[in-house]
Amino acid sequence: MSTPHKVVIGLEVHVQLDTRTKLFCSCSTQFGAPPNTQTCPLCIGMPGTLPVMNRRALELGMKAALALNCEIPRFTKWDRKNYYYPDLPKGYQISQFDLPMSCDGYLPISDAKGRFEPKRVGIIRAHLEEDAGKSMHAEAAGKADSRIDLNRCGTPLLEIVSEPDMRSAEEAKAFLTELKLLLVYLGVSDCNMQEGSLRVDANINLHVDTSEGTKATPIVEVKNMNSFRAVERALAYEIVRQTEAWEETHTELGGPGGFKTTRGWDESAQVTRPQRTKEESSDYRYFPEPDLVPVTVTEDQIEQSRQSLGELPAALRTRLEATYEITPYDSDVLVNQGRALVDYYIELAEACGDGKQAANWVQQDVLRTLNERQIPVEQFPVSAAALAPLLEKVRCGKLDANRGREVLAGMVELGRGLEDVMREMGIAEVDDSALETLCRELLEANPKIVADLKAGKQKAVGGLIGQAKKQNPNVNPGKVRQLCLELVEKM
Amino acid sequence: MSISREEVEKVSLLGRLLLGPGELEKMTSQMGQILDYMHLLSEVDTENVEPMAHALDLTNVLRDDTPGVSLPRDEALAAAPHRDDECFLVPAVLGDP
Repeated sequence: MSTPHKVVIGLEVHVQLDTRTKLFCSCSTQFGAPPNTQTCPLCIGMPGTLPVMNRRALELGMKAALALNCEIPRFTKWDRKNYYYPDLPKGYQISQFDLPMSCDGYLPISDAKGRFEPKRVGIIRAHLEEDAGKSMHAEAAGKADSRIDLNRCGTPLLEIVSEPDMRSAEEAKAFLTELKLLLVYLGVSDCNMQEGSLRVDANINLHVDTSEGTKATPIVEVKNMNSFRAVERALAYEIVRQTEAWEETHTELGGPGGFKTTRGWDESAQVTRPQRTKEESSDYRYFPEPDLVPVTVTEDQIEQSRQSLGELPAALRTRLEATYEITPYDSDVLVNQGRALVDYYIELAEACGDGKQAANWVQQDVLRTLNERQIPVEQFPVSAAALAPLLEKVRCGKLDANRGREVLAGMVELGRGLEDVMREMGIAEVDDSALETLCRELLEANPKIVADLKAGKQKAVGGLIGQAKKQNPNVNPGKVRQLCLELVEKM
Repeated sequence: MSISREEVEKVSLLGRLLLGPGELEKMTSQMGQILDYMHLLSEVDTENVEPMAHALDLTNVLRDDTPGVSLPRDEALAAAPHRDDECFLVPAVLGDP
């Protein structure tokens, strides 16, 4: 989707922090419990209750903020955001307004296929707040009541607000992918979109160069996107829609009719549709939360948290590329699969001594099997230590790659070791003298091919390889080819 | 008067309060008096005073992330004007907030 104008996209991401209990009470946050079985007087908003902050939520929030290169103010407090909605029984959400727990960070993004230039996307702030409950609407809308489940009410969320730094739908998707990977590596959130652990709203408009200077089109907030792909498509749709709207009406942000609007992504129709106009932020009548005392953070706590971050995806990619001499594309594929697969890869690369070969086998054969069987790498039947000798045999030509793949498939299928499986499959290594004997015999039996080869028709060697494989299916075609050419040379 | 009739109308809408005949005038006048009284505070010199975030001189009241006991569902739903076996019921809500 292209537009002649500059695209301006900012994202607001809510992630559920991986705590066992809610932000202000000790009700469980376990997903999937029957409706209204994880509530207490506090999270259903009974008068006379007092919230107490979950220490772990604060710690996880700080880890995420530090990994996003944010400043951590030494003093932070909570505020009430007032609005009425049936899934918010208190009539206000406890959030952070003017003194958030973190601000002014960035997340670098890049594309392994080079579709956009690497860049830093600014993070305006990341703050802690509580989630609301869930409204379920009857299919036949209009008549039936809505049903309210308050299990999710009070679940800790980290709201991450980006600068409007993204210039295309692809960049927005890359930001989300990298953010999710980072948070999963940190163990801060499982970021499961199906379970609502990660939710995205996007703000998008265009900056149009005109003879009277740059004009901005009205900002649209896009909601209701249930996957990263949906975000990419909804933004691509908005870019085209706003480009057309500009050409038709020349409506400017802040000009007549140029106010910010909210649109929802309709997945089945693949379009955005207008929703009710967003209230002005002052309508939320924020004020300091009197029921919660502020939190102060020391230099030591920040340093401790920083030490606990571990190796993050970007650093891990760089290390894999430098240590094992693989391409950014390869390191990206590996790192995106999660730490467990990376550990498997590292063990394999160390054991077999060839990082590139290890990367190929992990990406093709191992990943394919994991996908087919829908299992995590921890359950892959062939350990890295068991796979390494097979790669070694393939690399030094004792087995050709296709034969090697069959052997791996056999190891996966039978759950047995390399030598065992090769014996079982009747695969024997062909030693060099046997191979030379075979090639000499073939050359003697095929004077026509030898003549062709001598005349420089290298393609003719194919006939010899075919015959060699017929006589001994274990021969390595590459070796037969090389040896035959060498022998002909000497004839 | 430090608050206008329009502002009171807006605040009552945000607070989902339906003000009957005469109440709007009464509220505008009473809220104005309250605001005028609070306005006394602006006479205090706060030039070198840090804004206060909380009335208590306390920070860092935190609890461990240990699950406790939740309410039995019937008790959680007991005070609801409308309910079914599992949920609170409210007049149909259309779309997202």
